Amino acid sequence: MRAHPLLSCALLALALAPARISGQAPAAPPGDYAPADIAYGSGIYDAQCTTCHGANGDGVGGVNLRSGNFRNAITDLDLGRVITNGIQGTGMQAFRFDAAELAGIIAYLRNMNSADRGSAKLGDPARGRALVEGKGGCLRCHRVDAEGSHVAPDLSEVGALRSAGSLLRSLTDPSSQMMPINRPVRAVLRDGKVVNGRRLNEDTYTVQLIDDQEKLVSLAKSDLREYTILTTSPMPSFRTTLAADELADVVAYLLSLKGR
Amino acid sequence: MTRRSTATLALLLTAAASFRVHAQVTADRLANAAREPRNWLIYSGGYFSNRYSALTQITPANAKNLELKWMYQAAVAGGWQTTPLVVDGVMYLTQRPNDVVALDAKTGRVFWIYRHQLDPTQIVCCGSNNRGLAILGDTLYMGTLDARLIAIDARSGRPIWNTKVGDNTAGYSVTLAPLVVKDKVIVGVGGGEYGIRGYVAAYDARSGREVWRFYTIPGPNEAGFDSWKACPPDAKPYCDSEAWKHGGGSVWVTGSYDPALNQTYWGVGNAGPDWNADQRPGDNLYTDSVVALDADTGRLKWHYQFTPHDRYDYDSVQVPVLADITWRGTPVKAMVWANRNGNFYVLDRETGRFLVGKPFVKVNWMDTFDERGRPHQTVQPAGQPTWPGNQGGTNWYSPSYSPHTGLFYVSAWENYATIFGGTPVEYQEGRNFGGGQNRNYLPVPGAPGLPGLRRGPINNWTEAAATGAVLALDAATGEQKWRYPMTDVTDSGILTTAADVLFTGGREGYFHAIDARTGSLLWKASLGAQIVSGPITYEVDGKQYVTAISGLSLCVFGLRE
Repeated sequence: MRAHPLLSCALLALALAPARISGQAPAAPPGDYAPADIAYGSGIYDAQCTTCHGANGDGVGGVNLRSGNFRNAITDLDLGRVITNGIQGTGMQAFRFDAAELAGIIAYLRNMNSADRGSAKLGDPARGRALVEGKGGCLRCHRVDAEGSHVAPDLSEVGALRSAGSLLRSLTDPSSQMMPINRPVRAVLRDGKVVNGRRLNEDTYTVQLIDDQEKLVSLAKSDLREYTILTTSPMPSFRTTLAADELADVVAYLLSLKGR
Repeated sequence: MTRRSTATLALLLTAAASFRVHAQVTADRLANAAREPRNWLIYSGGYFSNRYSALTQITPANAKNLELKWMYQAAVAGGWQTTPLVVDGVMYLTQRPNDVVALDAKTGRVFWIYRHQLDPTQIVCCGSNNRGLAILGDTLYMGTLDARLIAIDARSGRPIWNTKVGDNTAGYSVTLAPLVVKDKVIVGVGGGEYGIRGYVAAYDARSGREVWRFYTIPGPNEAGFDSWKACPPDAKPYCDSEAWKHGGGSVWVTGSYDPALNQTYWGVGNAGPDWNADQRPGDNLYTDSVVALDADTGRLKWHYQFTPHDRYDYDSVQVPVLADITWRGTPVKAMVWANRNGNFYVLDRETGRFLVGKPFVKVNWMDTFDERGRPHQTVQPAGQPTWPGNQGGTNWYSPSYSPHTGLFYVSAWENYATIFGGTPVEYQEGRNFGGGQNRNYLPVPGAPGLPGLRRGPINNWTEAAATGAVLALDAATGEQKWRYPMTDVTDSGILTTAADVLFTGGREGYFHAIDARTGSLLWKASLGAQIVSGPITYEVDGKQYVTAISGLSLCVFGLRE
């Protein structure tokens, strides 16, 4: 497909859209946790958990979070449940974390004993915002609150939906993180008119999309001469165009976007 | 004959005709349900469970003229899986959680509603589902989520008797439509996710007294008990030598019956725990099997196990479809079956002999069958996907067999896989006994997985996670004759008619009429919410109707006049 100029601009991933996150997946093998998730989780741990569990994870009698063994949890799913529901009859209260925060805490708990807190840093959200709005050119396609374009997925609450690791991968390898629903489609109508857009919904007979003019379009497949779903994201990789510190800043900013 | 006697005779004839219209549903009528296609007397349309109707008013040529005739709206949210019955112009159906509604099948106006007050301790795994009713005489029969069987007066909606089928606090429930055979009402119990010991049981239709019970998990000294093996010395600590006590084997979809053989056939659900098969060494009979029972005594005549030692939750609760076919040149009283495990089977229903086994979707949990039909299992390495996924290549939704085309029609989930992982689980009464942490196999890490039970209005998992299709298979060989693809998977049942029209729905909310011979679309209507039950057809005052339940709406279609 020849990419439309708007789609070929420097934009943040089509991949950045609502999704379940790795922290909710059960029983991830050790070493499968993204450094960005561990780093994000460590910050939340410091803010929310140290009062009882202490900085070293051994602040509650008989509980050592650094040991990797949890009395009430075997899998990541269990850990998430304990954190979200608390443990009745104990001091462990129920916490309300969004999906990205939960993924981060679980990643940190799984790596508490080995994580080098100096090596993975989240970056500075304010600098990240400046990059998103400036050098990165992200808002030419994406939108944050009232600013930007609708062509690519809205990022206003991406920090509550995506884990830190997923956000970082979206910036460096966009196609790998592109949600199937967000795949770009190209439709050619019977009269030859071409419609390029981002898929919003699809069924056997119709497809709903937002086109490159930011219009909501619903097409009947029976009216189409061609219909192509692309698996490559039109978003460029920022692996070389942003420095590691800059990527960390952008991730920190995106993680701060929790919606209203 | 005098004028007065002539008038009296005319009156009597009128009364007789009127009586005939409102006649009781005798056991004989049930056995010959196919001969009165204006009615829908049994969950699957007849004892052979073909979901095939002899009505021919709606044809491939005029199906484009179908239009909505009436709707009935249920007041309770959630998947509506029921199949209505239609008896002489009156429709009877269940709605969540355990209501029975009687309405005019021509207009949808309600005669009465019966509401069963559920025990608040009822435990069910997958929603307050009920799949329908049975009728005998003037009495309707409904199983309940709190594991009771209730007889209800079909004219007044008043309960006649109410008997306990199982212990609802231990996870037993009845979600299927009962099957009436002669003077008995036969039901099975759900609860395969709660470590029940499943059974099929028959009750006297007049009194509600239990007449026989067949345990789907054999006990000590019973045939098949040796398929629940003792733990070997080097077994893991959670291996359970008494696993049979909580072995599952639920029965949650209505069975079939062959009057000539007097055998009733029931599909049996998964073993318990669902996914950690190491806890229960052995084949685990009769889980994931079909059992053929003597309809008078409940004694086992034969069985065939589709998935021995199941680790995938491949319930074999699909409706047993009975068909008299020609197999390799020989007439066979057959049973045809598209299983949740992804294989299509043909069995001899007199003996249970395995005749055909052939995948109808991608399968990698097994590769070959031996001559007795035992699958050679190919367990995938940890972390690798298994096809079909946890919800199966198909599931509980009814297939259809058309004697007219000789084809078997099934709703299939294609390209759908799960990464299975068993974990130890301790049995605790009334608690979930799944023993697994499974993941959808996803094309993109973190992408939304295909929802097992429900979908919203947005298909955000898309074709990347799985797609659906109606498959038409040669009933004697399993060879695919045509395929009607859908973007989303489908949980809809299928209906075929003697005019070669196939009706089905799907998760996308479309209700389709498809040419049963070719698979081409004849007509469709967008009903707005997923269709998770099977359509039926019936006739009132010479007009053919067809039903579809979409979301909370029962929609009834007929031809434009």
